[in-house]
Amino acid sequence: MEEKLYTISVFTENNVGLLHQISMIFSRRCLNIESLAVCACSIDGVHKFTITCRSNRAMMEHVVKQIEKRVDVLKAFLNTDDEIVFQEVALYKVPTEGVLHSDIEEIVRVNGARVLEIQPEYTIFEKTGHTDEVTQLLEKLKPLGLRQFVRSGRVAVTKATMELLDEYLERQRKRKDRLDACSES
Amino acid sequence: MSDKISGSEILIRSLIDQGVDQVFGYPGGSIMPVYNALYDYTDRIRHYLARHEQGAIHAAEGFARVSGKTGVVIATSGPGAMNLLTGLNDALMDSTPIVAVTGQVGSAFLGKDAFQESDVISTVLPITKWAIQVRRAEDISAAVARAFYIANSGRPGPVVIDLSKDAQTGMAEYHVERCNFIRSYDPDPEISAEALAEAAEILNSAKSPMILSGHGVAISGAEPQLQELAEKADIPVGCTMLGLSTLPTDHRLNVGMLGMHGNLGPNINTNKADVILAVGMRFDDRVTGDVKKYAPNARIIHIDIDSSEFDKTVKSGLHIHGDARKALSALLPLIGECKRTEWVESFDRHHRVELERVNDREINASTPDGKMLMGEVISKVSKAFGDDAILVTDVGQNQMFSVKYFAFKSPRSVVSSGGLGTMGFGLPAAIGAKIAKPERDVVLFVGDGGLQMTEQELGMIMEYNVKVKIVLLNNNFLGNVRQWQHLFFNSRYSATPMLNPDFKMIASAYGIAARDVAHRDELDDAIREMHDTDGAFLLNVNIDETDMVFPMTPGGCGVDEILLNEHEWYKPV
Repeated sequence: MEEKLYTISVFTENNVGLLHQISMIFSRRCLNIESLAVCACSIDGVHKFTITCRSNRAMMEHVVKQIEKRVDVLKAFLNTDDEIVFQEVALYKVPTEGVLHSDIEEIVRVNGARVLEIQPEYTIFEKTGHTDEVTQLLEKLKPLGLRQFVRSGRVAVTKATMELLDEYLERQRKRKDRLDACSES
Repeated sequence: MSDKISGSEILIRSLIDQGVDQVFGYPGGSIMPVYNALYDYTDRIRHYLARHEQGAIHAAEGFARVSGKTGVVIATSGPGAMNLLTGLNDALMDSTPIVAVTGQVGSAFLGKDAFQESDVISTVLPITKWAIQVRRAEDISAAVARAFYIANSGRPGPVVIDLSKDAQTGMAEYHVERCNFIRSYDPDPEISAEALAEAAEILNSAKSPMILSGHGVAISGAEPQLQELAEKADIPVGCTMLGLSTLPTDHRLNVGMLGMHGNLGPNINTNKADVILAVGMRFDDRVTGDVKKYAPNARIIHIDIDSSEFDKTVKSGLHIHGDARKALSALLPLIGECKRTEWVESFDRHHRVELERVNDREINASTPDGKMLMGEVISKVSKAFGDDAILVTDVGQNQMFSVKYFAFKSPRSVVSSGGLGTMGFGLPAAIGAKIAKPERDVVLFVGDGGLQMTEQELGMIMEYNVKVKIVLLNNNFLGNVRQWQHLFFNSRYSATPMLNPDFKMIASAYGIAARDVAHRDELDDAIREMHDTDGAFLLNVNIDETDMVFPMTPGGCGVDEILLNEHEWYKPV
């Protein structure tokens, strides 16, 4: 079956140990997590994990179901690149000396990069974009004597108009109302 | 002034408020405050002291499996908690509701390699449904309520509460907590009416349908609905090992067990059926054989409470996500009455061959030295108990022979380690089962290997007068491995012969009545003595080590590629 990069978005309660609960489902199958970004999402108390992983669809669908099976996980979604808008951010630390001898304007303008800090010793660039764009800039900065490079995991939002998490939470809210009504009567 | 009590007492009162009156466990340093609190509640909670934590959790599993109630086990930190791991994994695989309370070092010592400190939560997460560490007395009652709700709702499973020592000794007010809702968890999904209608349409137009009944039928108490549906539409029912007692063995539509050592009829006809209704089962590899050759002609309708089971190993055309009893109840009125005489009779043909070619040599054996075969012993014991005892098995040949030759009349009558295949499960599980159902006969079949894995639990039988009947199928070999070595490894019996102790003497040391059965001539009388003895009994039966379990679908074969014996494949006419 064809392997490609999938993006899995997992919405969880903000409890200790969630990362382990999710990562163990990958490691059990010897799947490598390519990138991971975790943060609070727009809903109070809900955390979002954005995970990328290279595998086939059947495997990924099963992984998503097993993630969702964990009690503290609200919902998990599987997406391909065409279904989401995604970015990663990268920081590059380059000797200022090297930068001065390069076409700094081109670096910033053509690559859509920003300069975050300039010191006599070093200059720090920032770029957001897709992996290949970030890598392109990396290749350009290497000859200038690149000292440090770091990139974040992917963050992504879906293009779909239906917000499936909201739907789930609404359904659960109604279920709670029914249960409360039952226990009162 | 507030009425503060210790976290340990909060734990005990929380357990009582969850309806717990019997627990299994083993004390130790980091759980001593809990045991100290328990001392004041012995009139309301009976504690059964196992001889090893693994024995305690298997006993809790046996208790849970026959009662449907959540089994509770208590252990100390470090080694105590680690000794629970096998049982936790076993309970996860076999959907058994367990709440395990483990002691933990004081929260100030966490992560510092303190004496008897283990990272319990990280260790148990992959083998539990849920796990929580509680470090404050005031959080205990809510954690307990949540734990019981999770353990015994949806697809049941094991839950761990890791209780730091300062949580046990801290003081807090006690409030009764209830839990029937968790935002991130839906244990009772609404069943799709469209899916039910589609299932009914498929079943109503089927010519040769089969029902596969699994453990989920027993867990949800769907036995009556299953039987009614099968009878109404005249559909033969094949059972998974853990689904065996969901329909009486002698019911005309019960066509036997599925899978590797299952019966000929249901295995052959799985690949003939045009529709398969799978209820509360998960198409385990021991059930399906090679999935590429599995049920090629069937549209599969899969009912399960756990949606991650859909399409996991076998693709099914239709998923019905929900509780088995609710799903079958809703399906019943949509199903038309039907007679499928020819299809149903097609199972009988295979059944007759199996009786003649497999069962006969096993039941009517005549080994010259008088050593017995497992099948004859098991079928005689089953009859002696009116075919209505609770069967508990260990793992291996004793298990496969038991589930083939033991008969059932009542639901929830089979306790066996299915998914994990845990040797050593049998003895403690039988003890737990008998404690849960003292009014029923509990018969354990166990091999000489498995018995010695948890043999120390004979101590529980002695101390609590647990009246289990233990049939030791003793061939001085690890029989199932021996069988595979014989069939697939050129009869090279590597590490399978065993020099065994005198089991009768061991039983006697524990004050348990016992009898050696060396020769077939003594078997009937010995079984009668075991049956008539008011108390536990160990029957040490001299088994012919060359005895092998058949029918058998070897690994890599399809379900309909079946060995009748070592040399002969089944060729249906």
